[in-house]
This record gives sequence, C-alpha cells and structure tokens, in this order.
Amino acid sequence: MTDLQITTPIPTVASSTAVLADDTRGAAGLTANNVACWFGTKKVLEGVCLDMAPGQVTALIGPSGCGKSTFLRTLNRMHELVPGATLGGEILINGVDIYRGAIPVTDVRRRIGMVVQKPNPFPAMTVAENVVSGLKLSGMKVTKSERDDLIESCLSKAGLWNEVKNRLGDPGRALSGGQQQRLCIARSLAVSPQVLLMDEPCSALDPTSTRRIEQTISEISESVTIVIVSHNMQQAQRVSDRCAFFLAAENEPGRIIEESPTKDIFTNPRDSRTEDYVNGRFG
Amino acid sequence: MTSVADVSESNLVDEARVTPVVRRSKVDRAYRAVATLSGSVVFVVMALIGGFLLYRGIDALRISGWGFITESQWAPDMGGAFGIAAVLPYTVSIALVALFLAVPISVATALFITEYAPRRLRRFLTATIDLLAAVPSLIYGLWGLFYLQPRLITLSKWLADNLGFIPFFEVNEDFGTSLGVFPSSTFVAGVIVSLMVIPICTSVMREVFGQAPPGEREGAMALGGTRWGVVRDVVLPFGRGGIIGGSMLGLGRALGETIAVTLIISPSFDAKWSIVEQGSNSIAALIALKFSESTETGISALMAAGLALFVITLIVNTAASSVVNRSRSGSATEI
Ligand SMILES: Nc1ncnc2c1ncn2[C@@H]1O[C@H](COP(=O)(O)OP(=O)(O)OP(=O)(O)O)[C@@H](O)[C@H]1O
Ligand SMILES: [Mg+2]
Repeated sequence: MTDLQITTPIPTVASSTAVLADDTRGAAGLTANNVACWFGTKKVLEGVCLDMAPGQVTALIGPSGCGKSTFLRTLNRMHELVPGATLGGEILINGVDIYRGAIPVTDVRRRIGMVVQKPNPFPAMTVAENVVSGLKLSGMKVTKSERDDLIESCLSKAGLWNEVKNRLGDPGRALSGGQQQRLCIARSLAVSPQVLLMDEPCSALDPTSTRRIEQTISEISESVTIVIVSHNMQQAQRVSDRCAFFLAAENEPGRIIEESPTKDIFTNPRDSRTEDYVNGRFG
Repeated sequence: MTSVADVSESNLVDEARVTPVVRRSKVDRAYRAVATLSGSVVFVVMALIGGFLLYRGIDALRISGWGFITESQWAPDMGGAFGIAAVLPYTVSIALVALFLAVPISVATALFITEYAPRRLRRFLTATIDLLAAVPSLIYGLWGLFYLQPRLITLSKWLADNLGFIPFFEVNEDFGTSLGVFPSSTFVAGVIVSLMVIPICTSVMREVFGQAPPGEREGAMALGGTRWGVVRDVVLPFGRGGIIGGSMLGLGRALGETIAVTLIISPSFDAKWSIVEQGSNSIAALIALKFSESTETGISALMAAGLALFVITLIVNTAASSVVNRSRSGSATEI
C-alpha cells in the first residue's frame, strides 16, 4: 500500500489545503499528469496526461488490455489496493494532488466515486440500506428524514425509483442485473461525489437498461464530472464530450494516442490508428 | 382466435412435470461409488462409537436410572450413587469460559490477519497460529499449571474482591479471600482451554474472512469506506457463518479437552456457581482420573459418562454445521 513510486516533487501541503476548503462540493476537475502504472515490474501505462474538465463526460476507449481500467483505478486510488501495484506521476482534483497526503484516502474515494462492470451491491443489505451504505461506511451521520429524501432522490437520479419504490426493504441481490447496476450508481451518488468513474457500466446490461443509464449520465453530468470506459463506440459518441483513445503496442505499456472532443475523434481523427479503431478495423 | 388451452391440447405434449433422468458415465459411477463408500465410513465409525459406549454403559445406567442425570456424587465402585449432575455443569462451564475468551480474541486476530496485517506479517502470523494448534495439550496443561496459574489467581482474586456480588465470582467468605482458594478452578481451566481453542477458531474465521467477495470489498472502499467500515459492512456479515462455525468447533474441542483440565482442576462433585473458587470437574478428566482404579460397575459408569459427552459434542457440531451451511460464507453459493 505504501510502496508507491512517486517520481514528481511533492507540492506544499499548505497551499493545497487552502484550496480544499471550498472545493469539496460540486463537479470537480481531474487532471492526470504523466501517469505511469506498474503491476510488479510490468509497466502497463506510460506518460498519460489527461484533463477531465468539471461537469464534462470523458470517455476512455481502446482495445482490450490497453490499460483503461488501470488508469481509471488510479484516479480514485483503487489501483494501490492490488498487491505489488505502483504508479508514478500525479493526479490532481481541483488542483490538489490526491496521492501525497493532502486529502485522506477515504475522502479521495468518497469525492471520486466508482461504478464497476459487474454490479456489486451489498447482498446482506436492503435496497434502501444499499443506497445509503456509503454514508455509514465513511462515518457520515444523517437524520431519518434526510436519509429518506436521499434514498428517493438518488434512486430517482439513477432511474430506479419507480421500479423499486415498493421494494425498498428487499435484499439488494433480489434485483435484476440492470437494476443492481443502477442501484450501484444510486449508491455512489448518495455520498455526493464530485467525480464519478464508470468502468464499462453497461457491458452486462440489456439495451433498455443501457439506455436508462446513458440517460442518467447525461442528467447527472452537470453536477458531477464523469469518466467512463466503454467498448461501445455508439455509446461513447452518445454520452461523452471528450474522448481519449488508449492503445498498447505489443509488449509495451499503454499510452494515450489521441485525445479530443468526441465529435473530432469519430469524424475527423488525427491519428490513423484512432480512425481504424473507431471504425472497427482494429484488433 | 386460439386460446392457450387449444394450443396445449393440439400441439404440446403433456405438461406433467418431468423428473430429469441422469445417465452417468462409467467413470462417474465408479467415482460416486468410492465417494459414497468413504462418506459412509464416517457414519459407520460414529455409529460404532456411540453403540460401543451405550453397550458398555448400559449396565451402569440400569443401576442408576434417572439418578445418572440428577445425582452429583460419583461413587459407583462402593455401590454408592453416581451421576453427572455436577460433572456435566462443570464441563460446560469450563468450555463456556474458554469460549467466552476465545471467540472475541479469535475474531479480532482473524480480522487483524485478513484486514490489517501487512502481507509478510500475515503469513508469519498464520503459520504461528497453525503451529499453536499443533502443540500437544499436555504442554499447554503443564505450562498452564506451573506458569500461568500462579499469575492468573491474582486476577481471580481481583474478580472475587471487586465483582464478588456476581455469583460467578463469589467465593466462600469462611476462607477469606486469600490466594489459596483460587487455584484449580473452573476459571483457570477455562483460560488454559481457551488458549487451545483460539488457534482452531482463528483458523476457521481467517479462512472465511479471507473469502469475503473482493467485488463487495472494493465497492465499499470505493464509497470512501474506512477499513472498519469495510469490516463491519462486508467482512463480518459475510463471515457470520464462519464465526459461528469456528466457535462451535472450538466448543466441541473445549468440551472434550482432557489432559490439560485433568492437570489443572482439583475434582469437585458439588456443583457451584463460582468459577473462580477452587474445585472444578469435567467428564473427560473424570474418565482419565478414574479409569485405572475402577471396578466393573465403575468402568460402565464412566462409559455412560463418555456417552453423555459424545452426545453433547454431536449435538453441538450438528448445530454448528447446519448454521454454517445455511450462511452465505459456509455454503459459498453466492461467491
Ligand atoms: N492485477 C493485475 N496484475 C497484473 N497485471 C494486470 C493486473 N490487472 C491488469 N493487468 C494488466 O494490465 C494491462 C491493462 O489492463 P486493464 O485491465 O487496465 O485493461 P483494459 O484496457 O481495462 O482492458 P479491458 O478493455 O479488457 O477491460 C493488461 O495487460 C493486463 O494484463
Ligand atoms: Mg477494463
């Protein structure tokens, strides 16, 4: 956990905490500066620089194994949970480095939420408890009425309220896969994150649930910055403002080949490899 | 318009439920036969042990009748009364004292190993605990008798002096509360048995906690969960079956512990509430102590006591396995 390879100079904590005070609510900007990742001695990412502007949806696309998930997991410090995983470079939320102790790691993860590919609701908790589980987990206290309001508003934002409003007491695992995924989104929203990372959130879902989640993304993107990994080019086009194309040459770490507004990536790519990939002519 | 009924009458086969027929290959059948055979050996051995104890103990049970359960003295050899009314409660008390200490310590140790310890320390601790489980109980008994007991009775005295109003910690005031009344008690025996039970409980719990689904763990972390939050909301709910199962396994072990208890206790045949006062007993220790000096009836009576212990252990373990099987971590169906 502690063996991070940090290769850039440490910014002064004093200057960063001053910014912190006002900056913990509302959509936040996320900046990756020259990020590199290792699993043990294997380098899987190199030189990744990416600006994820507040309130925008950034899509990460690229072939399997090029390091999209790995990059996403560095953004909320989940990468370091893998034994032997290290990283270099810096990641800033509203200009404050998340790896150098200016923000406690639990705060980093609360402010930068994550939804993974396989829905992972807490099976022992009810639907309602799942939604507010993040509050309990991070030690936040709310009153009963605040709690009920939060449950309704988050489930509504995730497009699930109408389907589950009469089954709030059912166990989370009793929902369908698509409902579970939306429950996980609701759960993430309940701790009012500033950034939401989504790793192929729709890959296990039917077209209707997928549509619903895409709709959710466009509805919430004003108040929370979204970074989404998708293998579905249409989806990336539909939901994102900007796109970053990742690629790893054989036995080389992955890097960003091209990063531009979504329209340009799909209609007017600068790099021929990007063009091949978005037109489905690639590995 | 065709109704559903029409369709089912004209086109479909009878809707009666089908019992799926399984045709197994030869290899499958051979394997099944071997597995079934080895599985049934367990039951045969159990039945043989139970049957043997009943067969050898029945004479004594005929003599004592219900007195075997209500009588607390043990004098079968002189033709006197005998029963387990004192020995059994002592046995259970020692086991409960052991469990009362062992379960929280084991849960905490297992959590430390799976959740908090750095990887190298984790491996070292796991190995050490498995090693502790392998230390013969005679060693625990000797160490407990000569090293631990003299130190432990200070605590016994403190308990009696300060919490004496609770029947468990009460001592007979006639003697005063000098240190002399505290050795060889249920408490001392229970503490030493707990040391033997902790490694067993910890292994089971560690195993189960370690299987908590990584997806849920990460989900909890990604919500900004503290380590304790993850433990409370993911690991403990998942591991409940393991906690109960491990405790019951420990209880079974504690009920049957013989040599260490024999070394520690000074046998008493008067049941009492106090666990800190001198004098305790256990069925296993009783059998070990009396076996060589007993006559025919005496042996038969000991066999009957053994049967009682066997039945209780069986009940405890059956209850444990049913709890564990029904829980998520035990059945492992949800992982
Ligand atoms: N825990 C791990 N240990 C070692 N190597 C890993 C680990 N996780 C991922 N990798 C390697 O890191 C590289 C990037 O993996 P990553 O999961 O980030 O790819 P991805 O772009 O998300 O792929 P996909 O689109 O298939 O999800 C791959 O080469 C993979 O083999
Ligand atoms: Mg991935």
